[in-house]
Parts: sequence; structure tokens; C-alpha cells
Amino acid sequence: MNLHAVAAIYRFEMARTFRTIWQSIVSPVISTALYFVVFGAAIGSRIDQVEGVSYGAFIVPGLIMLSVLVQSVNNAAFGIYFPKFIGTIYELLSAPASFLEITAGYVLAAATKSLAIGLIILATAFLFVDLTILHPVWMLGFLVLTCLSFSLFGFIIGIWAQNFEQLQLVPLLVVTPLVFLGGAFYSISMLPPVWQTITLFNPVVYLVSGFRWSFFGMADVALGWSLAAILGFTLACVALIGWIFRSGWRIRT
Amino acid sequence: MSDIVVVRDLEKTYEGGVTALRRVSLDIRQGEILALLGPNGAGKTTLISCICGISQPTSGTITVGGHDTIADYRAARALIGLVPQEINLEPFETVMNTVRFSRGLFGKGSDDGLIERVLRQLSLWDKRDAKVMALSGGMKRRVLIAKALSHEPRVLFLDEPTAGVDVELRRDMWDTVARLKGEGVTIILTTHYIEEAEAMADRIGVIAKGDIQLVEDKETLMRRLGQKQMTIELHDTLSEVPAGLERYDLALGEDGHSLIYSYDTQGARTGITKLLSDLAAEGIVLRDIQTRQSSLEDIFVGLVREDAP
Repeated sequence: MNLHAVAAIYRFEMARTFRTIWQSIVSPVISTALYFVVFGAAIGSRIDQVEGVSYGAFIVPGLIMLSVLVQSVNNAAFGIYFPKFIGTIYELLSAPASFLEITAGYVLAAATKSLAIGLIILATAFLFVDLTILHPVWMLGFLVLTCLSFSLFGFIIGIWAQNFEQLQLVPLLVVTPLVFLGGAFYSISMLPPVWQTITLFNPVVYLVSGFRWSFFGMADVALGWSLAAILGFTLACVALIGWIFRSGWRIRT
Repeated sequence: MSDIVVVRDLEKTYEGGVTALRRVSLDIRQGEILALLGPNGAGKTTLISCICGISQPTSGTITVGGHDTIADYRAARALIGLVPQEINLEPFETVMNTVRFSRGLFGKGSDDGLIERVLRQLSLWDKRDAKVMALSGGMKRRVLIAKALSHEPRVLFLDEPTAGVDVELRRDMWDTVARLKGEGVTIILTTHYIEEAEAMADRIGVIAKGDIQLVEDKETLMRRLGQKQMTIELHDTLSEVPAGLERYDLALGEDGHSLIYSYDTQGARTGITKLLSDLAAEGIVLRDIQTRQSSLEDIFVGLVREDAP
């Protein structure tokens, strides 16, 4: 096990985060604050409580998920795409490091950054709404798992992407819609029955539902399904990355 | 001397169907400097990429220090330092951190003392806190070398290290290579420049059309270079070399219009004066004389020419 390699990649990527600390943190915090003003204060004041929780508080888990998912995918995708783009990937490919070690370095760094952003947004939320967290350990567990699994997914996007447009494509066209339609801003029970069924094919529903349960003790789907969905997604990503490195797809000529 | 890198029947065909290497076999001796000469597209970079793990060979085997580069890639790659042809560097990071990263990536614990030595040797110590993008092209190339040396490799690949660098830096680079050889590092460098191969290498390999055309000691090659030919154009044609000139081992040129004399410029006597007076004694009238040295370049061009066999 080449742990030095994991640490070297992690440190190098975290240095990139700290170089751009303001872009990294300020923009998600500002955009989340805007969501609170628009959805929480302006629109939320006209919406009744959702299953006993004020609307402003109800959207907090969904807002955190929205940022964490997009950030994880973007961070990890950029982390591995950039060496491909500037050519420094030669060093990764010629290093005595396995795919697990290289992936771990990039994914842990991306997940750390999005976890930090998620926690900062949570802290910001306390400024706007009254919030209690019923199951803080579960909350943190869901957050960490989500950061990791979507960083893995982003890592795959970064390897797949052959230009900057493609790098933006998946977060923009896939992740954001899935989160918006995944119950970030509403409870699934508010939807017409047909849409309730269709929504169950959206993996983000399970994440948001489980995460919201850890705050308020209420969920759209059973907790077990949420956990199974996120673990299944993580394993699928690891398997795919393993195949990518063995076959050399898009990285090794 | 034992062989530190052994390449056997290496073939590489890219996905598009281009065959870059055809059954290449090459033994690189421990501690030597091997220069690989070849035109663009000859397969130099592909060969290095296969040895270093950047390209997957289609078939064949490679061992480095006795370790197979696929089955035992960790042990094999830990021995190798690679300086790529392109200047591929993270632009926003400092020199120091970029070099530290390489050492960690290759599985070595941090050792800032060693990195300081490497940076000083490459005249980069003053620039250690500068961002890579603020450096000149030559400095960036040194950073690439520092990265490759940061994990104390036993084999160093330099892919066209002096392409596009000024004369002073090229001299520095040669000195660096000589010092590394003194430390026991095996060095393989690719180059277009014949003079570079002459100045640095112990052995010279010529690669063209995806195969190694020859690998020889530089001294042997240089001896071949020492040969010079004098073509004596005659006023009248000869049907055969006159008997009185037999000891000069002359060859009769086309149509009998010229005599060709081969001699060694390194020899104590070239024999030219005597030959000319003997020609006059034979009553042969000369029209012109040309001399020509076969250079490494001639050998090289002959080997890599498209229509060469």
C-alpha cells in the first residue's frame, strides 16, 4: 500500500482548495443564503408547515444536499480532469501507485471540500431558521457518505470528459435536475400519485429523504432504502473506476 | 555490467491501428548513458511510455531491475524517474510543493533535505517558493528534472531534454547528466541532436520506423566516423587500377572516371602525399579531388531513410 501517494495527492488537491478558498466557500454560501431568502422568507411565509416542520427549516437538508452533490461532482471531476488537460497525468500513470490509491487521494480531497461546504451551509442555516437535528450522528454519516459517493461519481466524469464543456455537462444537465426533482424543496407526498411513483426512480430522492429523516425524524422512503441506495451507488462507482484503471479507458494510450 | 532494463519483443499498436513499435528488444546496462537517436515519429517516446507505464504494450515484456513492469509494477516503477518531452506542470503550485508531491507519489516519505540538494544542484533553490507559471521555459524543464530526481530513481529517462533550450542550459543539462552518471544512475535520453549523443552517451541506439536499427558503443561508431574518402577525378578513363598503385587499395569509380581512396584521419600518416606523387609517376592526369567524411549523420540518415531496406 503506497500511503505516501494517497497523502501526496490529498495534500496537493487540498492546497488547490486553499488557494481558491474564497471562490470555494463564498459562492455556495451566498447562493444558499439566496435560497433561504427566496424560498424560506418570501415564498415560505405563504406555505404552511410541512408535516409539522416550518417550510424554512424543511428545505435545509435539501439545500445542503443540492450544494454537496454539485460540489462533490465538480471538485472530483475537475481534480482528475485538470491533470489530463495540462498533461501532468503522466506522473500519476508512471507512479508506483494502484488505482485505489490514486482514486482515494482525489476523492478524499474532493469529499473533504464538499463536506466542509455542507457544514458551513448548515451553520449558515442556523442564522435564518430555527433548526433542531434529531439524529446528529446519522446526519453526519449521511453527509459523509454522500460526499464520498458523489466525489467518486465526479471522478468518473472527470476521466470521461474530453473537454471543459463535457466537464460541465453532467453536473448541469443531470445532477441539478435530479436534486430539484428529488424532493429538495418539497415532500414527495405533495405530488400527484403518478409522479410519486416516477420519482422513486430518482436516486437523489433516497438521499434527501434519509438526510431529512436525520433532522426531523420524517422520511419519504424507509431509512433502510436510503442507506441501501447510497451504499449501492458508492460500490457501483468504485467498480466502474476499477474497470477504468484496468482497461486504461481514456487515460492510458 | 548487468542489464537494468530488459525489453523483449515489445510491440505497440495504438487503437487507431498505427503500429509504433515492432518487436523491439533492447538491453540497457546498469550505470550507462544510452542515447536513443531517431527522427520524429520513430517510436522513441512510445518506447519510453511503455517502459514507464504510461502506454500499455500490445505484446512483449519489459523488466526494470528484474521486476516485470506489469506484474510487479510497483517495484519496477519505483526505480524509474521520467522527464517528459512536453513541459507538463501544475502552473499554480510552487516549485517546492510540486517536487514534494512527486516524492510522495512515488512512495517516499518527505525529505526536505534531499529536495533542497536536488533543487540546489539544478539552480532552482532560489525559485523554490515561486509559482511554476512564473518560471521561464528552461526553469520549467529543470523543475521536471527535479521532480523525476525527487524520489531517487536508479534509472532516469530524459525524453528530448534539450529540445528548444538555449546553449547555456544545454551545457548545464549535460553536466547534470554526467554528475548523475557519477552517482550510479542509469540514463536513457532521446534526442534529435547527434552532437548531444556524441557528447554524453556511452552507447548510441538508432531507432526508426518503430524498431531499433542499431545499438553500438559510441567509440565503435566514432571509429567508423574516422573514415574518410578521397575521390580523384581523372582526365582520361581507366579500365582498371594501375598495378603500381595496388598498395593503396583504390577502388575504381563509375565509368573509370575516378579513383576512390579510403583512409583513416586518426592515423599517423594518411598516405595522400605519396599517393599523389605515385599517380603523377604513373602519368595519370587529375581533373579534381574531393574528400568526404562519413559522419554519424550519414549513418543515421542512411538507416532512417524511408527507402532504406
